[in-house]
Amino acid sequence: MNTGALPLTLDYAVTAQVLTAFIEDEVRKSSFGRVVVGLSGGVDSSTSAALAAKALGPGNVWGLLLPYRESSQESREHAALAVRWLGINSETIDISPMIDAYFAREPEADRVRRGNKMARERMTILYDYSAKLRALVLGTSNKTELLLGYGTLYGDMASALNPLGDLYKTHVRGLARHLGVPAVIVEKAPSADLWVGQTDEAELGFTYEDLDRLLFHMVDLRYDTAALLAAGFDERFVRAVAERVRGSQYKRRPPVIAKVSRRTIDRDFRYPRDWGL
Amino acid sequence: MTERIPLAIAQMHPHLGDLERNVALHEKLIQEAERGGARLVLFPELSLTGYFLKDLVPAVALKVSDPRLDWLRAKSRDLAIVVGFVEESADFRYYNAAMYLEGGKVRHVHRKVYLPTYGIFDEQRYFAQGDRIAAFDSGFGRMALLICEDMWHPALPYLAVLDGAQVLLAVSNSPGRGLTADGRFANAIGWHHLNRTYAQLFTCALVFAHRVGYEDGACFWGASEVLGPDGTALAQAPPLEEALLFATIDCDAIRRERLANPLLRDERPDLTLRTLRRILGETIP
Repeated sequence: MNTGALPLTLDYAVTAQVLTAFIEDEVRKSSFGRVVVGLSGGVDSSTSAALAAKALGPGNVWGLLLPYRESSQESREHAALAVRWLGINSETIDISPMIDAYFAREPEADRVRRGNKMARERMTILYDYSAKLRALVLGTSNKTELLLGYGTLYGDMASALNPLGDLYKTHVRGLARHLGVPAVIVEKAPSADLWVGQTDEAELGFTYEDLDRLLFHMVDLRYDTAALLAAGFDERFVRAVAERVRGSQYKRRPPVIAKVSRRTIDRDFRYPRDWGL
Repeated sequence: MTERIPLAIAQMHPHLGDLERNVALHEKLIQEAERGGARLVLFPELSLTGYFLKDLVPAVALKVSDPRLDWLRAKSRDLAIVVGFVEESADFRYYNAAMYLEGGKVRHVHRKVYLPTYGIFDEQRYFAQGDRIAAFDSGFGRMALLICEDMWHPALPYLAVLDGAQVLLAVSNSPGRGLTADGRFANAIGWHHLNRTYAQLFTCALVFAHRVGYEDGACFWGASEVLGPDGTALAQAPPLEEALLFATIDCDAIRRERLANPLLRDERPDLTLRTLRRILGETIP
């Protein structure tokens, strides 16, 4: 076992330094100079915005509050609190008219469809603001969500750069505390706020603490099922999570392309993302 | 061998796939190193091109004789220079290579032997493997040049010192993997240990020239360093930021260390060779 990599502990000062410099570097190379981020009032978007404010200065960060009329009041208050705490630019755009206009013709849509549509509505606004402000869309998905596929494809998973995508939820909380994100945001139960009273852990069926410990062993330390069971993880838990990771693989990949030419994009036409930057 | 080697490591951040901008960056840093008194300046692995090139490899490749390197050859009359580049061979193979220039010419080219192709790395997809390790004579004495993963295979530094190298020049591009609770990447801790171990075991000076910056989100962590032949640090650059690190290698310290710890004198390459032949299943001639 890699004792140098204690599962859920990091030096958060250095982590913040690495991620801040990443944002600064990526934004500078893009010639955009600023970022725009959707603020939900949760710990992930608050932490992403805090890193960007450190990297670029608060004046170069735009936090968009994009509530639906059923979004919790607490979420809105916490997003506003994050804006005040960071001193970043902010705008609030109510997405209710767009969402309601669409679902007027789809009245039977369940809450998952509605939640996904809202996430994608927010994405379209963030990308419109990206063009309007010449600002890169800053991602907020953490590694736990990405591995479980607990996010909306082309919705909250969409971004130009993501400082949190290689940090588990537990790491994000630790980093948030280090950065001084207000405690009400860090310590509350995480929620995608897709419907009233939703919490991530109730929906996922597991706590983030347990998930992160398992995923760290499974993914980072490459424990196979036998080794995970020997390490004391519950078999049903291991199988359920492994299946979620497998089943959501498509969300972590670009669309599959039928290969007919001599050279297919991403298979044998491979260039770095930072090509020429 | 000269008495002392005043050197500088340019812990820089190359522009990915942009030779022209990187040439300008090299010129500027070479000047600064020279002004600071360095007689030898080292740049990290692939310093003229950047690291995660993928299909850009042929687009940034240079033959050693390429006129775009004329300025570098000319500048090496003033001070010795080590740069990393993509070398195109006459038969169109592409090597991850580094060259040592001095006195107006290329004195040595090393083609990276061990191309990591696992984890975050995919070098063998794009590069041909080097098949030679040799020490070379410089104006500062006998040296060897190794590139990054070459250092993770102890046979190469071992062969280099047996071939007479008193100074190991290790140029590297190491993307940070596995940030830890002590604030360093796990592979940075690995490098820290192996640099000291090699310097001490091989009683040689060791120059670790590393880079900083990001490519596709991967963080190159810096912390270049120069070690004396007892494994202690003569100079260390900070992690995660650009730096021009100056240090002076005292060549007599190598002599004194080899006197006190004659490990190389007592080395048994014949035994190594015989054992390798046995392991490889060959008969001794």
